[in-house]
Amino acid sequence: MPNTMPSAPEAHRPRLVRPMTGRVIAGVAQGAAAQLRLDPVVMRLAFVLLTIVDGLGFVAYAALWMFTPKEQLKGRVPGRDWGQLAAYAVLWLVLAAFGWLTGAPSGGYGTWPLAIGGVGALILWQQADPDRRQRWMSGAVKQVNATWVRTGIGALLVVVGAIGFLAASGELAKASTGLVFTAVVVGGILMIAAPWLASLIQELQRERTERIRQEERAEMAAHVHDSVLHTLTLIQRNAHDAREVTRLARSQERELRNWLYQPKQDADATLAAAVRRVAAEEEDAHGVHIEVVCVGDCELTEGLVALLHAARQAMVNAAKYSEASVISVYAEVEPEEVTVFIRDRGKGFVLDDVPEDRMGIRQSIIGRMERNGGSARIRTEPGDGTEVMLTMKRNP
Amino acid sequence: MKTIRVLIVDDHRLFRSGVRAELGPSIQVVGEAEDVDSAVPAIAELAPDVVLLDVHMPGGGGQEVLRRVLGSGSQVRFLALSVSDAAEDVIGVIRGGARGYVTKTISGAELTDAIIRVSEGDAVFSPRLAGFVLDAFASTEAPPIDPELDSLTQREREVLRLIARGYAYKEIAKELFISVKTVETHVSSVLRKLQLSNRHELSRWATARRLV
Repeated sequence: MPNTMPSAPEAHRPRLVRPMTGRVIAGVAQGAAAQLRLDPVVMRLAFVLLTIVDGLGFVAYAALWMFTPKEQLKGRVPGRDWGQLAAYAVLWLVLAAFGWLTGAPSGGYGTWPLAIGGVGALILWQQADPDRRQRWMSGAVKQVNATWVRTGIGALLVVVGAIGFLAASGELAKASTGLVFTAVVVGGILMIAAPWLASLIQELQRERTERIRQEERAEMAAHVHDSVLHTLTLIQRNAHDAREVTRLARSQERELRNWLYQPKQDADATLAAAVRRVAAEEEDAHGVHIEVVCVGDCELTEGLVALLHAARQAMVNAAKYSEASVISVYAEVEPEEVTVFIRDRGKGFVLDDVPEDRMGIRQSIIGRMERNGGSARIRTEPGDGTEVMLTMKRNP
Repeated sequence: MKTIRVLIVDDHRLFRSGVRAELGPSIQVVGEAEDVDSAVPAIAELAPDVVLLDVHMPGGGGQEVLRRVLGSGSQVRFLALSVSDAAEDVIGVIRGGARGYVTKTISGAELTDAIIRVSEGDAVFSPRLAGFVLDAFASTEAPPIDPELDSLTQREREVLRLIARGYAYKEIAKELFISVKTVETHVSSVLRKLQLSNRHELSRWATARRLV
């Protein structure tokens, strides 16, 4: 049986924690970035930018610092990365100075150059480090990107549209302060809620997968109970009858194989399926192993149904009289005709000795084939087994 | 007669001991392995004549063993043995380098014969495998890329058909008025085509038909 165990369950995100290794201030940005699977630098720049705008970044940072647990570390807590802290402080000072000069902190047009500058810096930074960018593109970010980018573009269009509308009606100057404030608040809320939302979605997905898996398991259990366990009970009861045990085991094996490997199909729609079904029935009825090989397949026609009947009769004869333990059935569909061979290595017989009135061979096999425009050939010798060859044109 | 040294690779202990008991006196079982990771070093160390290889095993199955062992340039011969008759498994291990494929329902005497045949460098085709090959090579939608490798000769077809009908090599030889050696040559030639043909249909066919 093929190994159908699913691969290891996908690692779901850990709870938001503040890592102590590589932190700049308290590890908030790093923790949030790990949760969102972004680079910490992006989060740090976002916090710096938000601090310039009405000090919201500062508040958000403080809030996250308070509510997020520290990562549990064994051993000595590593120190801060002072070099990076200095870099961010300088960046903040420059932006703050620029903001103070242009009046940005209280809103107004001064904010826009800041935002654009921030985005520009991000892009430049990204360009400068292709390896890292590659890493971003792979993994979760890539999957999320399609929807996020679409949402982002949509939001941008809405904002631009609103600004355009306000500008056209001469209201932009009045409304801009409020707009910036709203944007910042929404951005801040999103940033705070994002990890929670993300974990919620993950949780839902996990539950769904689990439910599907359970349903499959239940179906499998029901099937095994109905078929395999039932047969095993029968085998125990019939342990004294070797022939019956073989028959039960063989019939269960065939049924299980069909269930595992066979594509679901109508058992009587095509020739190959029909030959297999007939062989299975006779195998059950007589307790003789019938090995079926089919090459090609086609729809059943009237002539082919007659061929099937003849083939069944040949199998019955082989099972009843040949005393062979295995019967080989080979069916081949060619463009013009269909041929079926039924062969055993049993005791064989002398064809001419078969009385005229023996229905099995003369009527059910040879007669039936000839009446339907086909032919039957029987080759047998005492001690050398028997082979029945049936041929039928596909379009008589 | 020289005894043939055999290594049994199968993850079912009961099956391994069953095979051990059934094999004829000309076969000597030199070792057993129960998964891919123990099979590969065992084959290198014991250097058996023939490896009886289960198709489904923990750690990648028979195909993984074939890949690692034959990939390292070993000349050891493999006979695949499986409960599965699914086309993709059969074609998969043959293309992976096994010299034959038989199902686990095979009798002890037949298995002994098959091992001797494989140890002599010949191929072993079960009726089912012969049917698969005929079917796969018959579906000619695209023109063959390499005519020599991508199609069967008339004689090869006849031999495969007789195998599919349940004939033993000796019976085929009698039926076609050729020697057993010639039958073996034809079967080995089909095996080579099966392993080397680039026909993409072959693998596609096998995966499209998850038959028993």
